[in-house]
Amino acid sequence: MNMTTTTSTRASEKTTALLSVLGMLMLGMVILFAAGHAQSATLHDAAHDVRHATGFPCH
Amino acid sequence: MIQRMLTSALVAGCAAWLLAVVLHFAFVQKYILLGEEYETGAAVHYAGVAPATDAVAEEAHSHDDAAAEAGHSHDGAEAAHDHGDGEEVSTFTRNLWTTVFFGLVYVAYALILVAGFGLARVYGKVVTAREGLLWGIAGFAAFQMVPAMGLAPELPGTLAADLGARQLWWWGTVAATVAALGLLGYGRSLVTAGLAIVLLALPHVIGAPELDGFSGVAPPEVAGAFSARVLGVGLAVWALMGWVAGLVWARDTGTLA
Repeated sequence: MNMTTTTSTRASEKTTALLSVLGMLMLGMVILFAAGHAQSATLHDAAHDVRHATGFPCH
Repeated sequence: MIQRMLTSALVAGCAAWLLAVVLHFAFVQKYILLGEEYETGAAVHYAGVAPATDAVAEEAHSHDDAAAEAGHSHDGAEAAHDHGDGEEVSTFTRNLWTTVFFGLVYVAYALILVAGFGLARVYGKVVTAREGLLWGIAGFAAFQMVPAMGLAPELPGTLAADLGARQLWWWGTVAATVAALGLLGYGRSLVTAGLAIVLLALPHVIGAPELDGFSGVAPPEVAGAFSARVLGVGLAVWALMGWVAGLVWARDTGTLA
């Protein structure tokens, strides 16, 4: 019984950890998309030099 | 673990941000401005030096000095980069936005990098500062160097293929390269190594979207120096970011919580 509980606790810890990893990844990718790839004119103009200087396809 | 990831990513992202801004303004910005001078016509490459007819050729030869000077003149025309709405932006505002966006981009890179640390941690591997340095260099390869082999960093004014197609190729190449480097670094069999090589090659076998011809208006020296400096700065900044992220991350207490 104890072993089952421990195993399932570990499994749920692992799931939580994997979800946190996924969350970090998504957050990073959303920011990267907005700063580097989104084509709103305002965003593009403000981010212009950075986009060229990080090698993103700019325009 | 979320808090640990955020701390590590923010500290490393901010360190990278500082270095990126310093190196950008020291090495790269002047080439962006120079590229824009050629883009807008404020400077003209080879004007009067590459004549279309003999008559023009003769004139060009007899006015060698003047022609050369005209070819590289930086005066007289508007040098500002214009993307349509026509509003002039002051250098201060422009550089302020550049500084802000470097922060966003490098914090975003750091979040992605540290998500990788988190994934390794779930499988029992704690990334240290020294390994973080390697992760940073691998991140540079995946996010900047390998995509640059298909889509070289563009000097302003360079014409290129459809933007959406290039962005799609960029994301696909980054994803394939990240997966490949992960498999190479942590895989334990010939099968994973073979899969990694396939993933590394695939985007380049497919090929980046490109135009049929070349239409750059800036001298190749300017475009070449720009691309090289962008990549050099990227390597330095990613290496620092990986090292700092690993340094902070390695204070891990050993639990997943």
